[in-house]
Amino acid sequence: MSETAQFFDLPITFTRQPEHVFPAWEAEADEAALEEFCIAAHRAGRRLVALWGCDKRDRQPDVPARGFALHVALDLAEGLACLTLPMDACAPRFPDLAPIFPSAGRLQRAVRDMIGAEPVSSEYPTDLRPWLRHANWPADYFPLRHDTPDASFPAQNETYGFVRVDGDGVHEVAVGPIHAGVIEPGHFRFSAMGERVLRLEERLGWKHKGIERRFVGMALAEGARLAGRVSGDTTVAYAWAYSQAAEAIAGVTPPARAIWLRALLLERERIANHLGDLGGMANDVAFSFGLMQFSRLKEDWLRLNARLFGHRYLMDRIVPGGIAIDLSASGAAELIEQCDTIQREVRALKAIYDEHAGLQDRFLTTGHLAPERARQLGTIGLVGRASDQHWDLRVDHPCAPYDELETRVATHANGDVAARALVRFAELNESLHLIRKILSGMPSGDIRCDVRSAPERRGFGWIEGWRGDVLVMVETGLDGKIRRCHCHDPSWHNWIALEHAAIDNIVPDFPVINKSFNLSYAGPDL
Amino acid sequence: MIPILRQIFRTGIVSEPLPPADEALRAATQRLSAAITEHLGRALVIRHVDAGSCNACELEIHALGNPYYNIEAAGIKFAASPRHADMLLVTGPVAKNMEVALKRAYDAMPEPKLVVAAGDCGCTGGIFGESYACCGRVANVLPVDVSIPGCPPTPLQLIEGILAAISPGTTLSTSRSIDRSTMSAPGSNG
Ligand code: SF4
Repeated sequence: MSETAQFFDLPITFTRQPEHVFPAWEAEADEAALEEFCIAAHRAGRRLVALWGCDKRDRQPDVPARGFALHVALDLAEGLACLTLPMDACAPRFPDLAPIFPSAGRLQRAVRDMIGAEPVSSEYPTDLRPWLRHANWPADYFPLRHDTPDASFPAQNETYGFVRVDGDGVHEVAVGPIHAGVIEPGHFRFSAMGERVLRLEERLGWKHKGIERRFVGMALAEGARLAGRVSGDTTVAYAWAYSQAAEAIAGVTPPARAIWLRALLLERERIANHLGDLGGMANDVAFSFGLMQFSRLKEDWLRLNARLFGHRYLMDRIVPGGIAIDLSASGAAELIEQCDTIQREVRALKAIYDEHAGLQDRFLTTGHLAPERARQLGTIGLVGRASDQHWDLRVDHPCAPYDELETRVATHANGDVAARALVRFAELNESLHLIRKILSGMPSGDIRCDVRSAPERRGFGWIEGWRGDVLVMVETGLDGKIRRCHCHDPSWHNWIALEHAAIDNIVPDFPVINKSFNLSYAGPDL
Repeated sequence: MIPILRQIFRTGIVSEPLPPADEALRAATQRLSAAITEHLGRALVIRHVDAGSCNACELEIHALGNPYYNIEAAGIKFAASPRHADMLLVTGPVAKNMEVALKRAYDAMPEPKLVVAAGDCGCTGGIFGESYACCGRVANVLPVDVSIPGCPPTPLQLIEGILAAISPGTTLSTSRSIDRSTMSAPGSNG
């Protein structure tokens, strides 16, 4: 018998999913129950992780009421809880959850673009503007329906309904999709009064390249490469999350050494990105010394990755069943030595940042996201932690080896650019500390086991990447191949927080605010 | 100020010599005549456009500016406006949603213009291929002079490709040494 449970005294019985390395619960709910559960979870201070849609019409063709499904994943104290809402085959619809979880809005618009299910609300106006679709394929072409054929359509110009701010002297500044620097594409529409930002609205989705449709029909082992390329700077977290899902489906647990090596790579990825951002943030306030110094350290870091693991960004090192490359004793010694060097260098640079009046002047109070606002918006990850939101899977639901590592979560209550820099400094230090712990506790043994796919299974993977938690859900079909794979980037939740952080700042400060968030475009665009 | 100067002093100059152009990366037709490339010399201005990458290719382009590769010292810089650019450096497969913007950036560039497709995705469409949402390789949308494979291509591979696009095919008009044997191994990315 599998374990069952109910949460918030509501009559939904969840079943604990076997084979997962963190507690994962699933249950089915109707529209009213789903809404009620989300409200209760929100009241209890819990949060939305992800929501996505699936086409199930081929599963039970004679039961039209179960034609489609909406999946809503929540972070509960007891673990990951995934609710499934069956939807009608002809007119799929689901309750608009954006009034409860603001970040649900864009996720729902993506669900609508991908499978054609409508969010509905009797109380509030629902945002039905397309999100991932930019007029480049017809509104009735739903890429994630199984009977949608491959097709290609001529590219078009989109007219998008930006929200307009009226008033004397209010003007719009439109930026993107192509920005001034070497940066991913997105569109920012500022409504400004003089230099002051009154409102920022983002239009994203430019990089949508059909990843979820691409997954369909792939072998379980093959999908890891694609998952590792959803957001390249987070490749370790995605590959690990994907592998967790694949291993849950196959019912295998990788050797302990592989798990410890995965954590080593995850912390190395976190440090690489923090080194890059600490330099980039200084550069955006014209302190290019910071960029030069930190980009030098980052390059040292990446070169050791290449030498010991064969790839500068560690792509394809984590594979379902374990890890692709082992670490020698001399390699481990080099890693420790590098940790010492980097720690020394970063300490010296932090002292310079702390003392630099010009930099502090630009960092302090800029791009302020108050803790209360962050809580309302469901801000997570590093940006959330800099606004006093203490989410971190490494502590909240630690899978091995984090259950033995006692990660200290870095937080700050100021919520400005300076706080986000300080949290990065603190996390960098903590990750260096974790790497030493990992290397001293590393078990010996195999680094890989066989992963054989099983038909008709669903698996979840959930990893605290450097930006926040990455969720991967994999479903296999009758043939054991991937039937649906949904990869959720933490940036989904934090993009809306950036809109708020920009308010009341001057337009020229936006680059450093944006850099201090450093969100992924590729990840949510899919 | 003193700690900053001390740090700069302590760090010293870490820049390494540039690798030579990799002529093999050049597409069959080189559209620039030798005379023009000679004229351009090494004062090259690049406009980068991410047409749909996974964002790792951008990380390596950023790395070109770090003190080790120090690409600006070689006279190569990145511009904000395509109107100031000699070369369009495109990463990623071309997402359908970026097709119009990419073509506009290309059209805005003055003649003669070069296009370099960076990364396996830019070269072939890579793992993302062609679909309702994706045009595949850059050459499906723009004429490409040089394709640089790699996932992502390392900074060295990027430099080799960028230089291939502007080299007249003979010896480089460079004052910097092109001896690679002195470089510490930056490793490969598959
Ligand atoms: S070539 Fe590789 S690194 Fe570059 S965009 Fe494509 S998947 Fe990402």
